Amino acid sequence: MASTQYQGTGTTTGGAGSRYWRKRSAYLGVVPFFIFTGIFLIYPTYSVITGAFRNEAGEFDTAKIDELLASPIVRKAFYNSLEISFKTAVLGAILGGLFAWALVSGKPGGRFYKITVAISSVLAQFGGVMLTFAFLATFGFNGVVSSIFVKLAPDSFLAQSSWLYTINGLAVVYTFFQIPLMVLVFLPTIENMKPQWREASDSLGGSPLEYWRSVGIPVLTPSFFGAMLLLFVNSFSAYATAATLVNLSDFLTPLQIGNALSSEVGNANPQTAKALSLAMVIVVIIVMALYAQIRRRVSRWESAR
Amino acid sequence: MKPTWKVKLWRYTIIGIVGFYLLLPLYSMMDFSTKPFAFFQKGRTLDAWKVIPSQPDLAIAVFRSLITAVIVMFLILVLIVPTVVWVHLKLPKLKRLVELICLIPLAIPAIVIVVGIAPLYRWISINITESPISLSLVYSMLILPYTYRALSAALDAADIHTLAEAARTLGASTTRMMAGVIMPTLRTGILNGSFIAIALVLGEFTISNLLNYKTFQVVIAQIGRTSGNVAVAVSLASILFVLILLLAIPQKKRQKEVLDVDVA
Repeated sequence: MASTQYQGTGTTTGGAGSRYWRKRSAYLGVVPFFIFTGIFLIYPTYSVITGAFRNEAGEFDTAKIDELLASPIVRKAFYNSLEISFKTAVLGAILGGLFAWALVSGKPGGRFYKITVAISSVLAQFGGVMLTFAFLATFGFNGVVSSIFVKLAPDSFLAQSSWLYTINGLAVVYTFFQIPLMVLVFLPTIENMKPQWREASDSLGGSPLEYWRSVGIPVLTPSFFGAMLLLFVNSFSAYATAATLVNLSDFLTPLQIGNALSSEVGNANPQTAKALSLAMVIVVIIVMALYAQIRRRVSRWESAR
Repeated sequence: MKPTWKVKLWRYTIIGIVGFYLLLPLYSMMDFSTKPFAFFQKGRTLDAWKVIPSQPDLAIAVFRSLITAVIVMFLILVLIVPTVVWVHLKLPKLKRLVELICLIPLAIPAIVIVVGIAPLYRWISINITESPISLSLVYSMLILPYTYRALSAALDAADIHTLAEAARTLGASTTRMMAGVIMPTLRTGILNGSFIAIALVLGEFTISNLLNYKTFQVVIAQIGRTSGNVAVAVSLASILFVLILLLAIPQKKRQKEVLDVDVA
């Protein structure tokens, strides 16, 4: 990265261009950005985090947090959220990772490769309402798969659609957008693997299995787990899919937040929503910090190579 | 090295299984949307597709979404891009801070942002406008991490200090330097950002639904409550629309940076 800093050459415009003022006025250029993000990003974040520790009168009070921590419904939803995020992150990372490898082992840059990457970037954004309809069209009442199973095996769970509304059912739905995200995130890492490593391993007499065990897997592991953490956050923060599919407000923490918020529109008591949000933010920040740690290691290693 | 038959077998098995999983729901959408409305009818019908244009609220929601996307892009162009460039050029001390702010949306899920921003939007809808287009303000925040990553990669690649100096020596004003020299080198990053803006605006549900704005996704959900076939048809149409849009953007340049969803 270029480290030389451009500081303006010459003072052709005369006195007004003195270095001191030029430096000061440079700060004016970033003021709109700070005002804008301050209003629409930083203040809302701040108000959620501090609001969790306040009561209705605005005084410091942890009663709401204590109350929610003690509530079995809240704890169950939080546990559900963690469970589904963990499951879909692992499943999505494994399937997406294998798929990324399969893509690269073909012809990178070929037509199939390009179209798959394009489809992946659409499907990774595909959570929410449309995903719900896609799965209802597949497994829901009169859906493609369920109507086949109604004829073939009326007793199997696939003949009904109730399994979709369980944790594992929702996990199957979430994995649909996790796989493409994994492909997008993991593809560059796999592409960075040098064919020379394989050649070196082969010419030293290593079998493919040995290559993967002592070169491939160790090289890919950090990125793989990093990507898995991203998927975890992606699933943990997801709201739209669950909101349109499940419709049970106590099932997952995001649903509880949405419920607390929408049932309270009009009266100024969003304490519950804020306290629940704080719990979510804490989880996401821990996971993202881990991710940043892994990324740092990976990029240090990549630049040293 | 030629792939052995074993590698090929693995490759096709994986592509087959994952591909089946990803394509089955898409196929089902097509199948479902061409089923006749009534049970006793057999065969295929395009009725669900034909009534799309006459759906209430739908056309207006799409139209509004496009306007919203344009405003988001505009905000990126006049607010985010110049700031990031400016900080890279003149205020390297602020680089970490700006980066940190741009990455906040990754740590704060949309459902949490909605909690914090609800009072503000209640105020906006009472005092300024009730139009969903006002959501472009918060959307442009959600998109920050992606914009920042794409821009900062492009800025590191192009030697903007030299470019800026050259422009200055040739007598260009600051505005001219920014608009005429620096911005064009970031074209790909900006184009890419615009694509993400459209995808985000068309796909956003959490914030608009909880703030009671009738955006595209909210309208689809609303249609789905009365007529599943039509909602499925609209969903499939919008996926195809975004896919075509994506394939229409020049391949070679775009690919690298869309892949760069990677953060931190």
